Amino acid sequence: MTHLRALEAESIEIMREVAASFERPVMMYSIGKDSSVLLHLARKAFFPSKIPFPLLHINTTWKFHEMIAFRDRMAEQYGFDLISHTNPEGLAQGINPFDHGSSRFTDIMKTQALRQALNAGRYDAAIGGARRDEEKSRAKERVFSHRNAQHAWDPKNQRPELWRVFNTRLNPGESMRVFPISNWTELDIWTYIYSENIEIPSLYFARSRPVVQRSGTLIMIDDDRFRFEPGEKPHDDVVRFRTLGDYPLTGAIRSTADDLPSIIMEMQASRTSEREGRLIDSDSVGSMEKKKQEGYF
Amino acid sequence: MTLSMATPDTDIDLWLSQQTDKSLLRFLTCGSVDDGKSTLIGRLLYDSQLILDDQLASLKKESRNRTTGDEGIDFSLLVDGLAAEREQGITIDVAYRFFSTDKRKFIVADTPGHEQYTRNMATGASNAELALVLIDARKGVLTQTRRHSFILSLIGVKHVVLVINKIDLVDYDQAVFDRIEAEYRAFAAPLGFKTLAAIPVSALRGDNMLAQSKHTPWYNGPSLVPYLETIDVSEDLSAQPMRFPVQWVNRPNLDFRGFSGTVASGRVAVGEELLIAASRKPAKVARIVTMDGDLDHAIAGQAVTLVLDREVDISRGDVLTHPGETPEFSNQFQARVVWMSEESAFPGRSYLLKIGSQTVPATITDLKFRTNVNTLEQTAATKLDLNEVGTLTIATDKPIAFDPYASNALTGGFILIDRLSNATLGAGTIEFGLRRAQNLTYQSFDVNRQVRGTMKGQQPQVVWFTGLSGSGKSSIANLIEKRLTAEGRHAYILDGDNVRHGLNKDLGFTEAARVENVRRVAEVARLMADAGLVVLVSFISPFAKERQLAREIAGDIPFTEIYVDTPLEVCEARDPKGLYARARAGEIKNFTGIDSPFEPPKTPDIVLHGAISTPEELAEQLYAKLVIAP
Repeated sequence: MTHLRALEAESIEIMREVAASFERPVMMYSIGKDSSVLLHLARKAFFPSKIPFPLLHINTTWKFHEMIAFRDRMAEQYGFDLISHTNPEGLAQGINPFDHGSSRFTDIMKTQALRQALNAGRYDAAIGGARRDEEKSRAKERVFSHRNAQHAWDPKNQRPELWRVFNTRLNPGESMRVFPISNWTELDIWTYIYSENIEIPSLYFARSRPVVQRSGTLIMIDDDRFRFEPGEKPHDDVVRFRTLGDYPLTGAIRSTADDLPSIIMEMQASRTSEREGRLIDSDSVGSMEKKKQEGYF
Repeated sequence: MTLSMATPDTDIDLWLSQQTDKSLLRFLTCGSVDDGKSTLIGRLLYDSQLILDDQLASLKKESRNRTTGDEGIDFSLLVDGLAAEREQGITIDVAYRFFSTDKRKFIVADTPGHEQYTRNMATGASNAELALVLIDARKGVLTQTRRHSFILSLIGVKHVVLVINKIDLVDYDQAVFDRIEAEYRAFAAPLGFKTLAAIPVSALRGDNMLAQSKHTPWYNGPSLVPYLETIDVSEDLSAQPMRFPVQWVNRPNLDFRGFSGTVASGRVAVGEELLIAASRKPAKVARIVTMDGDLDHAIAGQAVTLVLDREVDISRGDVLTHPGETPEFSNQFQARVVWMSEESAFPGRSYLLKIGSQTVPATITDLKFRTNVNTLEQTAATKLDLNEVGTLTIATDKPIAFDPYASNALTGGFILIDRLSNATLGAGTIEFGLRRAQNLTYQSFDVNRQVRGTMKGQQPQVVWFTGLSGSGKSSIANLIEKRLTAEGRHAYILDGDNVRHGLNKDLGFTEAARVENVRRVAEVARLMADAGLVVLVSFISPFAKERQLAREIAGDIPFTEIYVDTPLEVCEARDPKGLYARARAGEIKNFTGIDSPFEPPKTPDIVLHGAISTPEELAEQLYAKLVIAP
């Protein structure tokens, strides 16, 4: 078996373990490339059955418009149960990345929204697409990662996880975060997308897009809610995204890679890490670990 | 070592097939604290050019005030991920790192060196094919070196590289290297590693990492990375007897019933006859289904869905196999266990055991010996503490299918789970099944109330409800019993109805008879609690003396007196059985509250006000106060 087939089988086994062991599982669906791989793996895991759990999208209302259209088309095409949740209080207060800063915005519209959605659905297991090669604290996380009743992660006291024998047991109120693609690298994701012909949003491919240069990154103007700073003017540039999220917080890179082979080659030649484009990680060292302890995915 | 880099003129398909055809080596780094594990991995990542510019920039910033190599980098910062780890400069939990060379892909588990985090080291070892055992050349073989090596052998890691690190700090002295290697080889001889290589290294300076170091002309063996790139660790799992643990029953509609799982070992093909390990029922493979189309066969490691040619009763946890090469099927076996909990393991304790997709209650029946990690000496033990390794026998509530771990890790490795906290307490590897003839000796522990209670996951006790007829005792007791049962506990209600008609039907309502009545009920309650139950006694028991007697009979069994305090008028208005009416009419004599007194308890453990709250609310209040956990 090739390396990719072994990873695929491992992920399928993990997904099946979730379906068989939990009462109310849910799968996080964030529409990006990792989510697209996750969706593909879930379809494989349960074929010919439909995916036996809903897909949950935390919608901050600031996602790229194309992402939402793509999401709805996937749900239609593959017939999965899609749940979209937006923090209603955050929405009522008009929380946005411009006035409230990336960390407050992320806390209210992502972390808190996620907690609300998980509580409302009484989900006991949430599958996510995090990979261990992404970030330092992710590298330490178990495949079946225990959360207390407040959804918090206790990194110093993780359950031992041996072989492929996963401890899936929970006390009332506790839940599990499950990461089936823990052992995949970014290159594995791309080569798998390529070899399996998995559809991903076109934002990953280089196109001419309206952008502004801001704190070292290029931000795309996706709608008229965008706030220009004094002197800022949008210009068209051929760019693409290495990671997708809220458009005002997601940096684009200049690139001409407009198909999968050229993306993979560009990535191989790249000298910066994928998360660099995500502004939320750059706040402080250990910020991801802190967010995870607070319940962020 | 060079990173495989595609250039724009490379044929992408060719390049991709080179990537996917590379073999994968999963290895771990272990050894004592400060032996330089994190630095070694950081160095591997750095040399394989996997440290990207933005990471390098933040790394150099963080490296100030720390021990650095010529590059001005503290490599260990690359892998110590948690805030607590960076603060303390130690590794707490296993971190997974990924890198690749032209020849191979690698997944590295960087495991902690501190003894208290040994369980995390075992986690890293369980999916590794090879281990780098690091030794600080200045310190030599330490207790933790031995402990980790022993756990490697327990978990079944077959290939070991002894990395004698910081060789620069002993002036590249061959004598130091030779002495440490000899000492380690002598210790490791009984551990059964298939290969064992020793390499002198300085991870910080890069000696013997990628290429032969000019500082160690006396060393002629391979450098670390070339060795890792070429060592053959393959084990042909598909040549072993077939095991297919059923993970999930795939039933999209009435026309399709498949069994989803991963082939743990061996090979399965369409048309072959299979046997269900537990029921010994046969069936043939009709289809092997995947989303990419049906297969004619599947081998170890493939996740597939099997469809059989007939209706057979199969559920999650069943193991499918070929006739003639079935796994063991027994409820008793001997195993080696590494204990991972602060709470010690004792014979007689009951846990949940998970092996493959089977989860069953299991009890440690005997602790044969504990193995000293320093000397490998086996000594008698009555318990197993955190990070200790013992050999013990286990009995499961129902038979399970398994193989000795040495012949199949996936069907021979198990975890033990706490029945209340659900924590993972230990990891075990099965040595062999025990047949009836060599049945277990159960004398190694006393079966007593505590053992029985622990098996039921509860504190056996008597909960004694006193109060007027119609006060709500039985309703509350019933709700408590339901709640306990729903949570998997074992409870029983003793009340007037189920005692008066049988055990006490010879007793009338005279004072002597009432005392005898209570005495018998109290004795039965004591026996039931001794059997491990939570006994709920719902008895008017109007006299303080009787209740005192019941408490005395219970002895050292926890006894909680609940006074359901409902005024007589309320009880009489309710009169659920019409007894008050009959007592008022003179049809029943000596009726408590009418013509016989009720002595309210002066110091009950808990008072419930039956006129103020509903039985549901009272049960809720009471449940919160009862201590059920053992």
